[in-house]
This record gives sequence, structure tokens and C-alpha cells, in this order.
Amino acid sequence: MARTVTVRLGFTGDTSDVKLVIPDEEPTPWQWGDKFSVVGRATPRVDGPLKATGSARYTYDIDLPAMLYGAILRSPYPHARVRAVDLSRARALPGVRAAIERGEPIVRFAGQEVAAVAAVSPAIANDAVALIKVDYEPLPFVTSMEEAQKPSAPRVFSDRSNVAAPSVTETGNVASALAQAAATHEAIYTTAVQTHVSLETHGAVARWEGDELTVWCSTQGIFTVRDDLAVLFNLPPDKVRVITAYLGGGFGSKFGAGPEVVIAAQLARAAGAPVKLMLPRSAEHLATGNRPSSLQHVKLGADRDGKLVAIELVEQGSGGIGGGAGSAGPFRTLYRCANVRTEERDIYVNAGPSSPMRAPGWPQGCFALELAMDELARKLKLDRLEFRRRNNGNPVRAREFDVGAKAFNWEEKSRAPRTAGTRRRGIGVAAAAWHAIGSAGPQAQAIAFRDGRVAIRIGTQDIGTGTRNILAMVAAEELGLSPSRVAAEIGDTRYLFSVPSGGSSTAPSNTPAVRQAAAHLREKLFLIAAPMLGAEPGDLEARDGMIRVRFEPARAASFVDVCRRIPADSLAAQGEHVPNYAGFRHDQAGCQFVEVEVDVETGIVAVLNVTAVHDAGRIVDPLTARSQVNGGVLMGIGYALFEERRLDPAIGVMVNPTMDDYKLAGPLDTPEINALFIEVANGVTNTGVLGLGEVVHVATAAAIACAVYDAIGAPVRSLPMTPDKVLAAIGRA
Amino acid sequence: MPGNGDDQRVHRLSRRAFIKGAGAAAAAARLIGAAVPLPAVEVADNSSPNPDGAIAERLGPGAVTIELKVNGAARKITVEPRVTVLEVLRDHLGLYGTKLVCDRGACGACTIHLDGHPVVACMMLAVDARGHEIVTIEGLGTPDRMHPVQAAFVQADALQCGFCTPGMVMSIAALLEDNPSPNIDEIKRAVAGNICRCGTYPHVFNAALAAAKSRGAKPKGGNA
Repeated sequence: MARTVTVRLGFTGDTSDVKLVIPDEEPTPWQWGDKFSVVGRATPRVDGPLKATGSARYTYDIDLPAMLYGAILRSPYPHARVRAVDLSRARALPGVRAAIERGEPIVRFAGQEVAAVAAVSPAIANDAVALIKVDYEPLPFVTSMEEAQKPSAPRVFSDRSNVAAPSVTETGNVASALAQAAATHEAIYTTAVQTHVSLETHGAVARWEGDELTVWCSTQGIFTVRDDLAVLFNLPPDKVRVITAYLGGGFGSKFGAGPEVVIAAQLARAAGAPVKLMLPRSAEHLATGNRPSSLQHVKLGADRDGKLVAIELVEQGSGGIGGGAGSAGPFRTLYRCANVRTEERDIYVNAGPSSPMRAPGWPQGCFALELAMDELARKLKLDRLEFRRRNNGNPVRAREFDVGAKAFNWEEKSRAPRTAGTRRRGIGVAAAAWHAIGSAGPQAQAIAFRDGRVAIRIGTQDIGTGTRNILAMVAAEELGLSPSRVAAEIGDTRYLFSVPSGGSSTAPSNTPAVRQAAAHLREKLFLIAAPMLGAEPGDLEARDGMIRVRFEPARAASFVDVCRRIPADSLAAQGEHVPNYAGFRHDQAGCQFVEVEVDVETGIVAVLNVTAVHDAGRIVDPLTARSQVNGGVLMGIGYALFEERRLDPAIGVMVNPTMDDYKLAGPLDTPEINALFIEVANGVTNTGVLGLGEVVHVATAAAIACAVYDAIGAPVRSLPMTPDKVLAAIGRA
Repeated sequence: MPGNGDDQRVHRLSRRAFIKGAGAAAAAARLIGAAVPLPAVEVADNSSPNPDGAIAERLGPGAVTIELKVNGAARKITVEPRVTVLEVLRDHLGLYGTKLVCDRGACGACTIHLDGHPVVACMMLAVDARGHEIVTIEGLGTPDRMHPVQAAFVQADALQCGFCTPGMVMSIAALLEDNPSPNIDEIKRAVAGNICRCGTYPHVFNAALAAAKSRGAKPKGGNA
């Protein structure tokens, strides 16, 4: 059965009453103006002490009795036929317990898995890998997008072209709009391949007990890994258990059972003992995914009033032997325009496969579009923020532009002197968007124990965003407790199903299920409390650790006293994420303002400060929300200035698969970051909570590029903006 | 040790790659004693005269039994000379808080204290740590009894996935021993060698400032 509720939705200055039809089992969605005792308050994460003391146990820290260590032999060739693999010398090494072939007749990138061993120590496993003899027949290869498109280029896959069929969209008529535009801009923008560099590498510990497989896995999706392994080993899913208590980063690269997870399970079965297989750093760069490169041919046109009349993107990108390199999202979404045409094309080369990475396609596209916007604004002699305001169609972002410009001092900084000696300052602004409002499917349990403890159980995982914390906070809000009294138990496929942690979907997908479960538990506790208080269950409320009669706070029992009356050991209730409601908005906006300083003698760019304005529906914990903004910005600085997977075209191998030659942003590269949130009551779920992981990363590199352009007077149309490119641009200015 | 958490210190002990390549016995005989003064250690059948006639130590290639002082306790272990301090902590002593991330001294995740100074445990052979005081993240505090720096990290949310956190905490704790009231630039330099992919640095700086403040209110050496 369903009921109709009227809720106030919107954001500051723009709220309205909206009718929603919701299932009976659903609590009324949180709405504009609701008062909270837990939600919205900065709350240090509940598992912080475990992490700060080194007590949190990651997959990499799992140690089982009689556990063996696995190691993988990888192809040194970017393209080769594997004619024979001789494992005999590896098997003969004392301490080796299993050796297996991967069984792929062709390897297509340097770093692809060929064989693997398990041994009693990591050192012996590595020694054994060196003893494996492989007879390779090297084949012609190609590592650059440009070369790959030549008719004479070696084919990455024998059965198809290196150039995939394009994905094309068009609304209106871009060609004629461009012909009639008052001002146009056309340029090519490129971005390099970025790797995820999760600090905990990919890997797993696999243990067989009969035909039951338990895998501790460094993954963002425990149920995805479970289902992948069940299929591969021909097991019913309930014979596979996947555990991820703590996860040392993923950023999109750790969704399913990758080769290293499968190999760990194969070795464990072959050896008859548990096997731990965590990848070395080099393999993490080579084989576990990356953000594809891009080459984006952009055309923009505007009328005399500074309104965009045409947007065109013709893009090609390479995710190595993988696809998904498209960058059109921002071109189709960020600005209002009647004529938009996008064309995306994957190019295959002999390099490691791409995988989703933090807002796949968006940082690339946002960089190209936003720098092009600045170049067109210059032709129109328009302030760049004003140009964006005129073309913005999102009321939340309009407010974010206002709030951000004020906090950042956009107008004052626009007028300030730019040059001091060899250093020039510049400012830039870029817009961001994302579109994850969570998916139905997750189911949660809320359990009260007779001693007053409460546990939330749900098969999600914490990628580092503080999942346990926000789930505990949501349950605590519903039960009138402090979050420290709620244990959020996650990371085990023995709990009820949840979705993978990707695309900013963890918070929006799981909080509604947890809230519903906690609400159901509260109703069950009210049935116990009602006779204690001589009241009807419907007249009770849970607040401040008490269950009490509404409007008569003196008639109350403590939460613990009520739990003592639980007839058995515990009382459990269930909740689920029901299909999303129409609500207020289904997207989220954002914008980031950046100030940089460029040393015109060295070409070195320093990011001085960032004002990041974002909405994520209802912010559950502003403290961990700020952490996510910091993270998106810092990764964006790395993408803008440092990060690039470099392949040697002559031998087809990555030359910087380390953490010193592949440079991430570090403490000394960290600017002042001012994170501001626009709260939006969106009513799309019972919590209206959205994720922040993607949207906080989309605009950073773009805004830095715009600020560099402002500083030096010439655009650097290629990421990363390394000193050589910056100096070349200064030379052109 | 002069200065205030100078990050050179983190990268100072960088002989491991060379030692691994050169062969443990020969390299150890040549190098041990050259950089870090070591106390006399009795290792049966492992000594031989060097060309100068003095007794130089020869270790390996097989396993040798050594004693390390870790978190105040003497621990005896039998390891090949090629094994690093990091591997000993994790694979032999069950101290999993110290993380391996880059395996070449580039990220700071395995930072420990050696005689009170931050060093990266992936770049130091276990045999070279004999006679030195090692403190790991576990030796600093526990979830129930956190060191002020650990408590400040939790309060400031100076951790996300948490994998870099033990190394960050060790770097900041060592800084505050040297320099009880650092400024923001000194804090940044102290963790310059600690890489966080989640990008949590601003909160690390906040935590360090807060820890310095909270320690200032307490007698020196007092734990939370």
C-alpha cells in the first residue's frame, strides 16, 4: 500500500511543497526545514581510532594459518604470442606449493598476466616467478592513438579495427549555428592517461574449505566479486563469501574479481592452502586500470549577448585494450545550448586496460569545455564568470556561483595586480555536475540487543569516505541515540545485499535502507515500551537515549531499559531502498574557483587556494564531507599538473610504474581549500542524501587550466600542464 | 638530529636496492658500519677477516637469528639478510599497522621511529636495525589509549581510507617531539614524504596543529 505525503523541497530561496506517493513501509522523506539532533553535525568517524592506531585490518593485513604468498609473472612484451610456458623450474624450487599458467594464447600489453606461483614466503614466490620460462613470439604493436589509426598499424585485436565505432549525439543543427554565431572558438585539447594509484594495491586472500570459497578482497564491490567468482568457479553464490573490512582506496578500479583475485583463488585450490596475493606497486600501474587519454576537438559558438549557440565535441581517447574513453558528458550537460553535437571514439592501443576512475570522462571533458569557454569569453570580452552565469541552466549552480564568487573574492581578485617579479597570478572558475541519486536494491538490518547495543548490518563497503559513520549517524538519528552507540557492520556478503561503492552511489543507496530499517526497529521497540509507559505506541518518540511520550517528556524509559524487555536475545528489523521518488532534482551541481601562481622562468604552477561549492542533497557529516572535497581537489591538482602514464613507444612499456616517477600531489602541493555546501532537500529518497566522490573532482583540473590561462595569457591545452608545456605557452603569449 | 622534521631524514637510508643487487653477504660485509654505527653483535660462524685484518661481519645468504628492539620489547627472529625492517614487522612480528605501499621510500606509508627519528621501514634491512630502538604505530597508542597525535587525527578527520594514516601519524609525532609548536610550513615539510591518494592533507595539517596545542597544555611526555 502507498500513501501520499506533502513535503517541502528545494534549497535556500527556492522551496516548494511537493506531493510524493510513498510506500507504507517508508518513513516520510526528510524535508526542508527538518531539525536534526545527529545528522548535519560534524562527527569524527566511528572507525577513526582503528585507522589512526594502525588497528584497522585491511585485506593486505590478513594473515591465516599455513597461508601461502602468491606472485604473478607478467609479459614484458606489449604484444606477443605465448608459445609455451615452462613451470618446471619454478615448481622445483623448495617452498613453492603451486604454479599455474594463465592460459591466454596472446598477450596484448606489457604487464599482462602470464603465469603465477604460490610459495611459503613472498621472497620465494618472487624467486620462483623468475624461474618460469616463457617462449614468446613478439608481435608488432602500437602504443600511440595517432599510430593506431593508420591503415598500416598493427591490430590490437585481430578481429576488429583499432578504431571503434563512434558514439554520436546531436540536438539542433550545430553546423548552421556555428556559421551564424557572432563569435566562435575552435581548438584541440588533450589529456594524458592517469592511473588510480590506490595505496592498497589490488589483491586478495583466498581460502577454500571443501567447495566453499572465502575471499578477503580489496574491492569496492563485495557482491560483484562474489558473483564473478561464483560464475568462474561454477559455484552457487552462497558458496562464495567475500569480506572487505577496510579498503585502502579504489577510485573506480576495484569493482569485480580482477585477474589477481581469480589467480589467488586458483592458486589456493591448487596448493590446498590459503593464498595471499597482493600486487606490487608496478603491477598496480600497469594492469589494474586507468583513466583513458583524450584528444578533444572542440568548437563553440556564441551570439552577441554571450549566449552559447553551438557546442561541438569530436573526441577520441584510448583506454589501452579497454574502452570507455568518452568525455562528452560535460558538453551535453553543463551549459544550456540548443545545438550540441558530440562524437566519441575509442582507440585501442597495446597498453593496460582502462577502468572507471572518479567521474569517468568528466574531468577530461570539463577541462576541454571550460578552457574553451574561457577562450571564447576572451573573444567576447566578457567576464568569465558572467559568461558562465548567462549560460547556466541550473538554479542550484546559480546560487553556487554567487556563494563561491563572494567567498573567493572573484571581483576583487579579477582587479588585483597579477605580476610580482617572475611570478604571475591567475584565477579561474569551472562548473561541475554529477548525477548519482542512488539505486534501489540495498537492504539493511537494524538490530537492538538486550544490553542496549544497536547494530546496523548491510553488505556495503567503506572505500574511505566514512560509510560506517554516515550509516551509524542516520540510524542514530532515527533511534534517538548518539552515533557512538550504533555499530555499523559492513563489508561481508553474509550481510544483506548492497550495491558496489562507485559513482558516488554509496551514501544515496545505503542511507535510505538503513533509515527505513532503523525506523522499523523503533516501531518494534515502541511496542515494548508502550505498556511500560501506559501509552499507545503511536504516541511515543525516541530522543536523547530515551523512549518517551510525545509532549510529556517526563513519561519516559531509557532506551537501554526498553531493550532489557526484549523477549529473546535481540530484536531485528529490516529496511530497503525503494525506487527513487520524483523529488525536486535528480542531479547535483558544483563549481570550483582556483587561484594559481605561475613562475614564468621555470614554468612551475602552484595552486594557492581553492573555493569549492557543492551540493550533495543533505549533508550527513560535514566533517567527512569536507574530507571528500579535499580529496577531489587534491586528485584534480595531480591530474592538472603532474600525473601521466608514460609509455616508451619503441618498446611499448610504461617507464614510470612507481610512486616517484609517477608523481601525485603531496603535502607541499596542497592549497588552502575552502569547502562550502549548498543544502538541497531533494526528496528523491527518504534521506535525500547524495554522494560527493565524483562531483568534487570534476572541475578542479579545468579551473586550474583556466587560472593558468588567466595568469600567462595563453592557454595550455594539454594535461598535465608540466613546466615544458607552460613555458611553451608563455612563448606563444 | 638538528632541524625540525626535515624530510631528508625519511629518504636517508637508501642502500637497500644496492644491497639487494650486490648480494647480501658481500654487500653487508662492505657496508655495515659505514653509515650507522652498530653495537658489537655475536653471530656465530658469520665473521671473517677483511683485507685489513679486522673482523667484519658476514651475514647470509641463509637465514640468521637477530634481535630487534620493537616497541620496548626485545624480539628474536630468524630472517634472511635481504629482509627489510618492514617485512619483519609485518610478516614475522604480526605488526600490521605499518603499511607497504611503494616499496622504495617514495610514499612514507611505512614510516616508523628509529631511535626517535622517522625512517621508512621499506628501505632498511632488518640486520641494520639491530641495536636501535624501533617504535611502530602500535607502540604509539591503542584505540582505547590514543597518543595525542592519533586522537587529533580522529577529531580532525585526518584520515579517509586510512592506509597512509599510520605513516602520517608517525611523521607528525616525530615532528612534535623535535618541535613542540611547529608552524604550518614546518608541518608540511614534516609530512612532505607522506603521500595520501585520498588527498586528506589539509586535515592532517589541522590535526598536527591541534595535537601541538593539546600537548602544550600537558607536561612533556604525557600521553592522552
